[in-house]
Amino acid sequence: MAKLIIDGQEFHAEEGQTVLEVARQNGIAIPTLCYHPVLEPFGACRLCMVEVIRRGWSQLVTSCTYPARDGIEVKTRSVLVLEARKAVLGLLLSRCPNVPEIQELAREYGVLEPPFPAKDPEEECILCGLCVRVCHEMVKADVLNFVGHGPDRRVGPAFLEKTRQCIGCGACTIVCPTGAIEMLLSREGIYFDEDYAVYEEKPLGPTSAIYVPSLQAVPRVPVIDTDACIRFRQDDRTEGEVNDACGACQILCEGGAVNFDQQDEVLELDVGSIIVATGFQMWDPHQLPQYAYGQSPNIITGLEFERLSNAGGVTGGQILLSDGRKPEKVAIIHCVGSRDKNAHEYCSRICCMYSLKQAHLVRDKTGAEVYEFYMDMRAFGKGYEEFYERVQEEGVVMVRGRGAEVEVLPDGKLRVKGEDADLGKLLAVDVDMVVLNTAIEAQADATQVAALFGLGRTQDGWFAEAHPKLRPVETNTDGIYLAGVCQGPRDVPDTVAHANAAASMALGLLNRGEVVVSPQVAYIPEELCSGCRICNALCPYSAITFDEERQVSQVNSALCKGCGTCVAACPSGIIVGRHFTDDQIMVQIEALLEPAR
Amino acid sequence: MSEKLFEPRIIGFLCNWCTYAAADTAGVSRMKQPANIDVIRVMCSGRVDPTFILKAFREGADGVLVAGCHPGDCHYTEGNYKTLRRMTLLHQILEQMGIDRRRFRLEWVSSSEAPKWVQLTQEFTDQVRALGPLNWSGTVLAGLPTAAEHVCAQEVAE
Repeated sequence: MAKLIIDGQEFHAEEGQTVLEVARQNGIAIPTLCYHPVLEPFGACRLCMVEVIRRGWSQLVTSCTYPARDGIEVKTRSVLVLEARKAVLGLLLSRCPNVPEIQELAREYGVLEPPFPAKDPEEECILCGLCVRVCHEMVKADVLNFVGHGPDRRVGPAFLEKTRQCIGCGACTIVCPTGAIEMLLSREGIYFDEDYAVYEEKPLGPTSAIYVPSLQAVPRVPVIDTDACIRFRQDDRTEGEVNDACGACQILCEGGAVNFDQQDEVLELDVGSIIVATGFQMWDPHQLPQYAYGQSPNIITGLEFERLSNAGGVTGGQILLSDGRKPEKVAIIHCVGSRDKNAHEYCSRICCMYSLKQAHLVRDKTGAEVYEFYMDMRAFGKGYEEFYERVQEEGVVMVRGRGAEVEVLPDGKLRVKGEDADLGKLLAVDVDMVVLNTAIEAQADATQVAALFGLGRTQDGWFAEAHPKLRPVETNTDGIYLAGVCQGPRDVPDTVAHANAAASMALGLLNRGEVVVSPQVAYIPEELCSGCRICNALCPYSAITFDEERQVSQVNSALCKGCGTCVAACPSGIIVGRHFTDDQIMVQIEALLEPAR
Repeated sequence: MSEKLFEPRIIGFLCNWCTYAAADTAGVSRMKQPANIDVIRVMCSGRVDPTFILKAFREGADGVLVAGCHPGDCHYTEGNYKTLRRMTLLHQILEQMGIDRRRFRLEWVSSSEAPKWVQLTQEFTDQVRALGPLNWSGTVLAGLPTAAEHVCAQEVAE
């Protein structure tokens, strides 16, 4: 371990560290433009120069490349250093007089005017080579390089021609200290043009390839979007040939938590009970074209409004129109796709209350006029009616009647048409923003999930409970319980209650230790069985086995579910379906038809 | 008296998980349905022995309905496939016995299909009403040759 003195203080340095690394680690600021912690130092910008005194000799060195040797003394702000930096900044400012980052640094070091006339006042590139290094070392695409010599030296792809080698990762734009490289948004996919390339637009603002899904994510850890991640994309592109591209997140993560080799795992678990809590999906408002969803960016769904209004969202929680203005008038339309014969006939149950909340948020954040188009206000829960009253008092205009149609006017305004049933009049309001509060519906794969667990489904597609009033969390399959909206629309408090109930049912079953089996099972009196084995193959649960020794069939009453298929099939009529015996059913038939005889 | 509509008596064998639940839902939802169908609950339509149906006709039923889960939806995985097999055969036997095949129906009604249940009961009741009383002893038994007649017929043929 090396000991060195920086600005009069003694520090320890690890093997292989540079002076810059040791200084920064200990909170000593040294300006840099061409340095990046995950890239090889290059010493191009010369800003990190420090004075090193070694064996009595003093010299100026670039701290990003100079090893933290034992016994040296480093001065980061000596007169010599400051003069040198000032000279460097003078040259940089002369090359790029209009780059704010350089202007600011120059001002800091007392360079107010460029000492030399600029060759091209629009020049932004300082030839620091960060983009070249990131493209070579991290992305391993080798698209960018230095082209030309002397005064013609610049950065670009080979022969300055468009190239398909660029994967449009944007790493160069991120590392560029002066913002000289720009990404172009293109719908045509990835290409490279003279201003350098591209990725696809994301709906609500770009994210990096590694991100925390949302502020409320559980667990709150970052995920890697393998479609966007340079490492995974280079792996795909080169079929695994280049398998160590980028990895910047792995290098920077001090906890060593980033693992690129993790794979999806399929776990097989033996469990005592299962809670199905697969939730819902939002109904797609494109299906009712009268609401013009997709025709204007200011027609949004309730969920999109939530993202817009979220403090962690792209606008930092401000409610803005697509052009960045604050809306002056907002219409909120209830029951889009709910209570509608053309979509879902049921009430989605949660929309009334979140619509009111959204009206409150719009009033609170923008002061805009709000029109609520509702059919009936279903403020059913505790405190809900009071909230409804409060929102009314905030000046929200309540229009009782379904919002029937949204029209995009030539000037971009939105005309909402509907009927005010209270006034008995047709109504048209021109607004800036329309929020469509769409129905919630069963998940698209509910059919497969139902088949997997043997669940019934109601006509609306939700999973069926065992009894609508008395057994709301159980299903007809023992040990499988339902929780939440997968069983039917419900709001957060009701979902929590439902889920707690399902959890207690499951725990109750597990805690019991023994399982009560239904007495409704089939029974074969051995002395009467002819051993024909017809019943054997009929049993879907393989509960009937054949005793070769005694030549009779036997029912395992723990496996038998009591369907009675074998009872009806027995050619000798000797299998007893307990609680549904032939005699019992015959007597029922006789009793029901008694008066007719 | 002759103006009074004939009210058929129908026995319905309903599976516990689907059709019985549908009928229950129809009742809970106060849906209007004909009162002609008397329901016997079985755990699975696969429990329905064809003799139950013959028994019901003999005891004076004018129509019999067997209803269970849709194919693939059986609570017991495949009980209703067995039902389908048996009832297809039964249809042929009923015809041989001189019972109009329209008096017996096999239907699939899931627990969520209360409206379908109501529609089915209405339709089937109307159908059986239009056919009139079955009159087991008059039509079925009379149609079958007695043992003596059978012997006579054979002798004549010889």
